[in-house]
Amino acid sequence: MPGFLEWLETPAGRVPRISPALGFGDRMGACKARWGIGRMSYMVPPGLYAIGRPMATAPVLVTANYKMSYDIIRRTLAGRNVWLLVLETYGINVWCAAGKGTFGTGELVRRVTSTRLAEVVSHRRLILPILGAPGVAAHQVARRCGFSVSYATIRAADLPEYLDNGMITTPAMQRLTFTFHERLVLVPVELVMALKSAALIGGVLFLLAAALGSLAAGITALLAYVGAVVTGVVIGPLLLPWLPGRSFSVKGAVAGLIWSGAFYLLAGGRAWGVPATLALFAALPAVSAFHTLNFTGCSTYTSRSGVKKEMRIALPAMGGALLASAVLLLAARFLFL
Amino acid sequence: MEGFRYLKDVVTLKLDQAACIGCGRCLEVCPHQVFTLADKKASLRDRDACMECGACALNCPVKAITVDAGVGCASGMINEWLQERKLRAPGGSCCS
Repeated sequence: MPGFLEWLETPAGRVPRISPALGFGDRMGACKARWGIGRMSYMVPPGLYAIGRPMATAPVLVTANYKMSYDIIRRTLAGRNVWLLVLETYGINVWCAAGKGTFGTGELVRRVTSTRLAEVVSHRRLILPILGAPGVAAHQVARRCGFSVSYATIRAADLPEYLDNGMITTPAMQRLTFTFHERLVLVPVELVMALKSAALIGGVLFLLAAALGSLAAGITALLAYVGAVVTGVVIGPLLLPWLPGRSFSVKGAVAGLIWSGAFYLLAGGRAWGVPATLALFAALPAVSAFHTLNFTGCSTYTSRSGVKKEMRIALPAMGGALLASAVLLLAARFLFL
Repeated sequence: MEGFRYLKDVVTLKLDQAACIGCGRCLEVCPHQVFTLADKKASLRDRDACMECGACALNCPVKAITVDAGVGCASGMINEWLQERKLRAPGGSCCS
């Protein structure tokens, strides 16, 4: 297991003592996971771990078995004596796993029982991340295994302060944010996933434009499309608070419109003629809008009902724009030339 | 949330104040400070800030809160629709 130092003897058997220091391999692994490499199998074995030299009175913190979660929390708890209870979430982070229910009441109770935690510690308190609450019913955990649940903080970084201040959650520890940096770290994996489908669509687009027009038309269409995807996946999320509107698709469409204008100027759009220009300004914002709308899945403040409402309006609008764009291009090719 | 605001009047969050026992769990688990507590009763302070994560409803010991929680990304929902209409095999994609 990552960071293993030695075995610690407890009344419930031996527990691995782990290092709070991250090595090169841990940092490399996190970087690769951020880019979507090996991300779905980036996990550690569930169970009870010891950080420092915890006694029976030491606090028990609960986390997921996504290795990045495990690494962040053990690094944050450097210099302390605490127990870390890692739940089996199949390598998914706390929040997403809570949403699915794998970071949940059932698994928590099972893990408390299987690790014989009640024999290891003398108290009956579990400290959970606030974002684990969508999967865990605190009152049921108490009823089923006798441990009370304290929802501590949203961010692991606030845990030291929480532990030092008598385990009191301050308003700031409970307030969810979505800073530029928090959005930035989500972009690489989104980009990798988007470019997989974009490669296929872009290839088809290139072949169609090249076959019906020219090689230059094929390259132009491909660049315009890939630029619109990148705009929707990277620029939309990064500029989120500054793009107009509340709806993610509107924000994405505005970003896509800016990209359309930039591409028009860069690629010498004045030579294209009216239908191709209109097609460009209709299709590219639609593509960007779709990808920015998809970022609602990563955001920390959008609701499922809101996304549903957006989709009912935005998906037909995007489809209409793409269809209009195709009709314009085909009409220009077959009727006017 | 500070600096961000999503669509108005869309969330499905409902609080039955008559059933509320004022334990305050919903205030503890809500990351967007949707609830407030006064005179042993919770009330909705900022309903539009709700992201429908479902933590409050699950942690309410008297089931006074209901909310339609679930996957909130567009491609996840498109997949759900396709699966419901049997146009696509279950599993895959998103953060699954």
